[in-house]
Amino acid sequence: MSHEPIVEMRGIHIGFPGVKALDGVDFRLLPGEVHALMGENGAGKSTLIKCLTGVYSIDAGEIVIDGSPRQLAGTADAQEAGIATVYQEVNLVRNLSIGENVMLGHEVRGRFGISWRATHRRAKENLERFGLGHLDTRLPLSTLSIAVQQLVAIARAMVTKSHVLILDEPTSSLDKQEVSTLFGVIRQLRSEGVAILFVSHFLEQVYEISDRMTVLRNGRFEGEFLTKDLDRSSLIATMIGRELSTLAGEHEVRDGVAPGQREPLLVAENLGRKGSVGATDLAIGKGEIVGFAGLLGSGRTELARLLYGADRPDSGSITLKGRKTAIGSPAAGLANGIALSSENRRDEGIIADLSVRENMILAVQARRGWMRPLSKKDTDEIVDKYIKEFGVRPADPDRPIKNLSGGNQQKVLLGRWLATRPDLMILDEPTRGIDVGAKADIITAVQKLAEDGMSVVFISSEIEEVARVSDRIVVMRDREKVAEIVNDGTVSAATIVAVIADEEGTAQTVAALDVSDETFPGTTSTSTPTGTSTSTERSES
Amino acid sequence: MSTATSSTFGERLRNVGRQQFVWAIVAIVLLLVINVIKDPTYLSISYSDNLGGLRGNLVDILRASAPILMIATGMALVIATGGIDLSIGSAMVIAGAVAMEFLSASGSSSLGTAGLALLLALLVAGVLGVVNGVLVSVVGLQPFISTLIMMLAGRGIAKVITGGQNTTATSEPFRWIANGYVVGLPVVVLLAVAIVAVVGLIVRRSALGLMIEAIGIDAEAARLAGVNKRAIIFTVYVAAAVLGGMAGVFATASVMTVDVSNTGNQMELDAILAVVIGGTSLAGGKFSIRGAAVGAVLIATLDKTVVFLGVPSSATPAFKAAVIVILFLIQSPWLHTQLAKLRSRRTTTPTTAEVTA
Repeated sequence: MSHEPIVEMRGIHIGFPGVKALDGVDFRLLPGEVHALMGENGAGKSTLIKCLTGVYSIDAGEIVIDGSPRQLAGTADAQEAGIATVYQEVNLVRNLSIGENVMLGHEVRGRFGISWRATHRRAKENLERFGLGHLDTRLPLSTLSIAVQQLVAIARAMVTKSHVLILDEPTSSLDKQEVSTLFGVIRQLRSEGVAILFVSHFLEQVYEISDRMTVLRNGRFEGEFLTKDLDRSSLIATMIGRELSTLAGEHEVRDGVAPGQREPLLVAENLGRKGSVGATDLAIGKGEIVGFAGLLGSGRTELARLLYGADRPDSGSITLKGRKTAIGSPAAGLANGIALSSENRRDEGIIADLSVRENMILAVQARRGWMRPLSKKDTDEIVDKYIKEFGVRPADPDRPIKNLSGGNQQKVLLGRWLATRPDLMILDEPTRGIDVGAKADIITAVQKLAEDGMSVVFISSEIEEVARVSDRIVVMRDREKVAEIVNDGTVSAATIVAVIADEEGTAQTVAALDVSDETFPGTTSTSTPTGTSTSTERSES
Repeated sequence: MSTATSSTFGERLRNVGRQQFVWAIVAIVLLLVINVIKDPTYLSISYSDNLGGLRGNLVDILRASAPILMIATGMALVIATGGIDLSIGSAMVIAGAVAMEFLSASGSSSLGTAGLALLLALLVAGVLGVVNGVLVSVVGLQPFISTLIMMLAGRGIAKVITGGQNTTATSEPFRWIANGYVVGLPVVVLLAVAIVAVVGLIVRRSALGLMIEAIGIDAEAARLAGVNKRAIIFTVYVAAAVLGGMAGVFATASVMTVDVSNTGNQMELDAILAVVIGGTSLAGGKFSIRGAAVGAVLIATLDKTVVFLGVPSSATPAFKAAVIVILFLIQSPWLHTQLAKLRSRRTTTPTTAEVTA
């Protein structure tokens, strides 16, 4: 790789009112390599990308593309310079067809205006490059899963034959299989000489795919490394400027309470909704952390939504603190002491144009009703408390939440839910798309909450995380609960993956696991060892 | 690096410029200046013993603003939730029809009858709002369609109420609402200002404004945060219709006649314009009652100016449109970015303001 860099950024400075976002950052991209941009939330990764894609104009510094210095005054300039970008959240037009999305702005023209047939043919050719030739380009984009949409977005970005492809968190909503498909595409583009800038919070993925990495911290350049020369702990140390012990730790059995002996807070029987999740029995104890594990679309989110009232269940019942309770709306969920932090932070979490303060008090205020506004004093108390407790940066409650980084938005949302003092906090992917530091903060917070007696449902695609945090793990597959594993400290990601991956063969052990669940609310406590013993069986088979 | 003081001053100036309704105030002043150029005595105000109050062009403008203030306030709330209410003009004519029909049927001109007529008018207009609210928040129809239906149906209902006639009534107390004076000021103006102020206070001092904005910005996120979306959307449509009813009372009480074809006709468009001029986006979200009020006064000023300048009635819409387009151009972020670019090119000190804008 002795080529000249295709992109070279030197001494990039950019500031927003009151903040120095980038402070003399250097960055270069070589053709035919995958270059990972690493850093915590707020380190300046997104800002640097936006400088390169022409969204922001830089205050000082130099951007050289293909040997010539460039002034990027807009995204069109960047595209013209051969830089294509696929953002974290898919930026496609959902109600146009797949083919129209791929070719938008590059429609093939015939004698009578746009030739749709030729356009769709070209779209198909482009998709074929990425193993998507089987798609019917005339179907609406919304018929595709998020993962496939992501690949379509890449196909669209590469229609212009760009030399540089920027992928900002492309894998955050993909499952393993989909990630490997994506990586196949990335490798293929790399071998064609495309320079790829890759941003991801999944360290394994970064190590799997990248050749080189640049680390940023607090808007400063920390160094450029060959991936093979920098091991994980050094990388993390560089990113956060401290050793991170929390990343390794095994699950510790907390406070010595065996799961079967916890007083039940919520018991769901036959809870289900057609087309979303099958009838499920579930019990959650006071102060217990219950993990939901399963692949995307396994029904883990759907089940959480039923518990909160985000969707209305059409079968079954919920008993809360010993009393049958109908939870048909989020307002009812909140009123009954349940809070749900959605996996979709952008569309279902933050209210983008409102300030940090307004976002934080919204749920408390909603529960009080609009006629009983929170006093200024109460508002400030809530806002100060959670900004401090979670270290929200910047600590300015009047800033619109959309201007915060993802991790900080997540912290504000956590504050929103905790301010309602829920008995049960459901966290759906609370750590998605945020950096290791913020991740550790959030996990520590979750554990502390449980210790203080709050029940927690913890959902994450990162199964290691579920294994580490949860006292008990509910495994979902194909919209059904398939197993429950009591975590006595020996359960690892591998154990859970084995349960998820298993098909018919282990129906028996699954049934055995279900027994432990049935005995849960009861007073006899024979359930503790079941989960582990079955899991050992499984890992041998 | 520029010095701290000059940058803060510049920033403050820019912030004022970003308050969109400031430009509407500038426009009002400009229109008044044009009128003064035509007639230097345009702004003069005199006290009329005959009327028992102030008289003059400015008073007339404020008087004409009153109904627009009502409907613009209601429209601002509806638009902030991401909706629209095209039936506000119909709420006006229904309220006017109910009041006139009731007064003429009762034949009494007592204070009690007038009060009852007012209540009844607001109530019936409120029913129109309830229908809108149910269609939008419970049934889930698009606001545009629901209120379009009610716009057409409403005028029909008004015609049914009056039997297709332009009903006239006499009731001094009712006429007083539009034409009377208190401490030298027109009652209608005092009432309008008071109502706008009360609505503004309710919205901003309670959490209603926050919830309306939350719904307008991201309805699903607001619902998941426990906001009772249905109830709030329902409330704003009812509030808009009741305010529309009040506007209808203002519009009919001055002449004590309801014109079933013309009262409130196309007034919803004036209301929408006033709201947008005031800086509230039609996409919903952040809203400004104050801005909508300024917008309402601008539209009234414009209407009066058109008449005063003697613009031929056939050219009136075009003239109005031209003024409003120019105003929108001045307000547009695009123009501000362009100007900022020009400025930064000239001074070569980079401004970061447009980056975050």
